[in-house]
Amino acid sequence: MSILSKARARSPWILHFDAGACNGCDIEVLACLTPVYDVERFGMMNIGNPKHADVLLVTGTCNLRNARVLRNLYAQMPEPKAVVAIGACALSGGVFHECYNVLGGVEGIIPVDVWVPGCAPKPEAIIEGAVMAVERMQARAAKAKAKDEGHDG
Amino acid sequence: MNPVLVGVLAVVGAPIVGGLLMGMDRRLTARLQGRMGPPILQPFYDILKLAGKRPMACNAFQGISASVYLMTSILGVLMFVLGQDLLVLLFVLALGAVMLILGGFSVKSPYSQLGSQREVLQMLAYEPLLVFMVVAVYLHTGSFAAESVFRLDRPLLLSMPAFLFTQTLVMAIKLHKSPFDVSASHHAHQEIVRGIYTEFSGLQMALIELAHLYELVLLLGFVWSLWHTNWVIGAILALAAYVATILVDNVTARMTWRWLVAYTWTWGAGLAAANLAFIYWTIREPR
Repeated sequence: MSILSKARARSPWILHFDAGACNGCDIEVLACLTPVYDVERFGMMNIGNPKHADVLLVTGTCNLRNARVLRNLYAQMPEPKAVVAIGACALSGGVFHECYNVLGGVEGIIPVDVWVPGCAPKPEAIIEGAVMAVERMQARAAKAKAKDEGHDG
Repeated sequence: MNPVLVGVLAVVGAPIVGGLLMGMDRRLTARLQGRMGPPILQPFYDILKLAGKRPMACNAFQGISASVYLMTSILGVLMFVLGQDLLVLLFVLALGAVMLILGGFSVKSPYSQLGSQREVLQMLAYEPLLVFMVVAVYLHTGSFAAESVFRLDRPLLLSMPAFLFTQTLVMAIKLHKSPFDVSASHHAHQEIVRGIYTEFSGLQMALIELAHLYELVLLLGFVWSLWHTNWVIGAILALAAYVATILVDNVTARMTWRWLVAYTWTWGAGLAAANLAFIYWTIREPR
């Protein structure tokens, strides 16, 4: 493993976006920061700025109002990046699926790497999801690099 | 020692020492909050990762401002270890700080604009304290050169006790520690989104973080120079000042910029001026 990919694996900065959740999932996301789970052990930090973020955690259903915000946040994150959809609502729309303003899960708006099911998922599951997202991000970065080198040669 | 060797050692060694100290800071902060905290090497991982992100600049000036900020920080460390003019060293540091502020102003994001305005206020708060320090050195040695301090045979702290306080204050403000973190917070990453750093990303942010490591070493060097005759006592002083800023950071909340300027200009500048008067009237060295 190169130094860069090791550094990437050890320093995933997280951006959390609540696309209209009931706050159940958000409480569980924030619980990951508390002394009990302490994700900073793995170098993860909850930052409020998409330009510094590596992993985007989305909770809640997407609706007509906030889909644009979510797309905007995703576009502002520099590559390599990954997205984790957290909770039933972010996966499929959950109990709000049939509402007139709900677009369903996050998948239709931005590409999702990891789905964490649950209503609400446990903090352990969220941490595992974030770790898996970092692995997917690494694999994609390695693939992009190989492709670039292929073009150069 | 050969000045070239000293310079190379300082440029290579400063970020390593600074990074370890910054890692210690993150660890200590986590422990104070009842958490395990990240590995000591975390600042290096962060900088490497940021440097490896795909570039996403808002404009060309951002890169220039981050690079100049890094270069002036390196130059500051170099000038200090080589015993150069302290007044020019302050100007170099101020140039870097102003370039970073201009980089923050060069984008339209209101967070970045607000953070930059507040960074100007932070400069307003700490610059007089640094100038007072240099004036005190001049009264002692009749020279602005850092070298003249290193040549003194008795530690400066004995006659300049107030400057231990003001230098710690400057360090806390420069490192964006509570309650002085009005432009951007060191640990809290969501206050006015990231203040002045909001729009810097990837490599630019890595350069800024690296510059912070150099700046940390330089600020600790200033504290160390208060007891330069004994390396160990100087290092203990510097480390004590650093731990004090971390402790204060963890037990206080951010205050307003009005409080910041009022506090530094009364307590900081007041104590420094009183100390200057003391030096002037009692132990002025013959020129």
